[in-house]
Amino acid sequence: MLTVENLGRRLDERWLWRGVNFALEPHMRLGLVGPSGSGKTLLLRSLVQLDRVAEGQVSFEGQPLAAWSLPLYRTRVIYLPQRPTLFEGTVEENLQMLFQLAVHQKRCYERERIVDYLERLNRSAGFLDQVAPRLSGGEAQILGLLRALQLAPQVLLLDEPTASLDPESTARVEALLETWLRADQQRACIWTSHDATQIERVTDGILDLAGVQDAG
Amino acid sequence: MQADYLVISNGQLLLAALLIVVNFAISLTFRLGLAQSLMIATVRMVVQLLLIGFVLEWLFLQQNPLVIVAIALIMACVASQAAVGRTKRRFVGIYWNSLLSILVAAGLVAGWGLGVTVQVEPWYDPQYFIPMLGMVLGNTLTGISLGLDRFMEGLVEQQDQVETLLSLGADRWEAGRRLIQEAVRTGMIPIINSMMVTGLVSLPGMMTGQILAGASPIDAVRYQIVIMFMIASATAMGTFGVVLLAFNRLLSADHRLRLDLLRPS
Repeated sequence: MLTVENLGRRLDERWLWRGVNFALEPHMRLGLVGPSGSGKTLLLRSLVQLDRVAEGQVSFEGQPLAAWSLPLYRTRVIYLPQRPTLFEGTVEENLQMLFQLAVHQKRCYERERIVDYLERLNRSAGFLDQVAPRLSGGEAQILGLLRALQLAPQVLLLDEPTASLDPESTARVEALLETWLRADQQRACIWTSHDATQIERVTDGILDLAGVQDAG
Repeated sequence: MQADYLVISNGQLLLAALLIVVNFAISLTFRLGLAQSLMIATVRMVVQLLLIGFVLEWLFLQQNPLVIVAIALIMACVASQAAVGRTKRRFVGIYWNSLLSILVAAGLVAGWGLGVTVQVEPWYDPQYFIPMLGMVLGNTLTGISLGLDRFMEGLVEQQDQVETLLSLGADRWEAGRRLIQEAVRTGMIPIINSMMVTGLVSLPGMMTGQILAGASPIDAVRYQIVIMFMIASATAMGTFGVVLLAFNRLLSADHRLRLDLLRPS
């Protein structure tokens, strides 16, 4: 589904990683690990073309990204940064604003669905009325996750999605993501986490960036 | 040419120069440390103005349109350099963007203002063309400078917002539109402010000059109105043009934010 061939990223004179190869198949949960500074975030950003790569190719559903309309591709493969950026206004306004984008115009905001997600996360609908820029780090992560999930992506690229959450919320987020994944056979995700036991818990395979660093 | 105004002799210039002694006295008394810069500024002001006086005397005698167009191009180049010179960041091609925007904006406005509106014959008559072009360029460069700087700073400050929108499906227009609006607005504020208060707070220099030279105030005001419209229009076009060109480069056609192209100046 999402295929990566010989991807390489250079930082100044040295290769941050090079010769990265993997294929993300439907229903797969891939763990991306490596020490701090090994370029996990940059790899995820490269997969959605926010960053340029020095060499290699990414393809989605058999088409190289050059053949995709990137805004459309980015609704199918969504990158969720560790610290989501929030916009002025309430949580609900942050969720609604995306449907003004041309690429989402055929869909509309579904409040019931969001409230259902919130229940699964043990939060009330009152969360929607909070002022987004005043949210805590953990709440911002939840908003970031809801914002991505409501677009029904096929692939989620999760960069430390529970880093600012307490253990109970973490378990609930993991369960919610599991539900999302099972709802459609064509879905898949990539996780990064500093917590080795979490990676073991939520993924079926591992890509270790330390192994491909400076290779070649 | 018979002048119907008082000509200032060299001796009278010296009398005027005595006024600057006040600045030196204040600087020395209160140890402001400005004496040296004041000296340099005084000398530069006098030398530059005397020189341009000679240049203009020569220029107004020119009949060849090529010479005048060449001078206009040099002025546009200097203006576009100066516009970029005040921005905090650069990217490859920024000077060309600035020059292109200034040439198109000033060219269209000068054509409409001098050729169609004032109907100067011939259109390149340097007595009209050069000073009016100079005023248009001087103001347009401020707009370009402010707009360009605001746009680049906006991209850097709001990198996260722009990239968040991009990563959730926005195309580059949707991600950058607000920053374009802010930048163009910033570039146009000075000319709008100046139109608001002109005649109330300040008497425009060109109008004052014409009145001193013996023109009737009503005629001078009419010229001032024409030049204000020219300046406003050129500033809008130049600012919008240069911001769009920067947008096209920094939010690339593949919907990616290219901050890696920016260098501090």
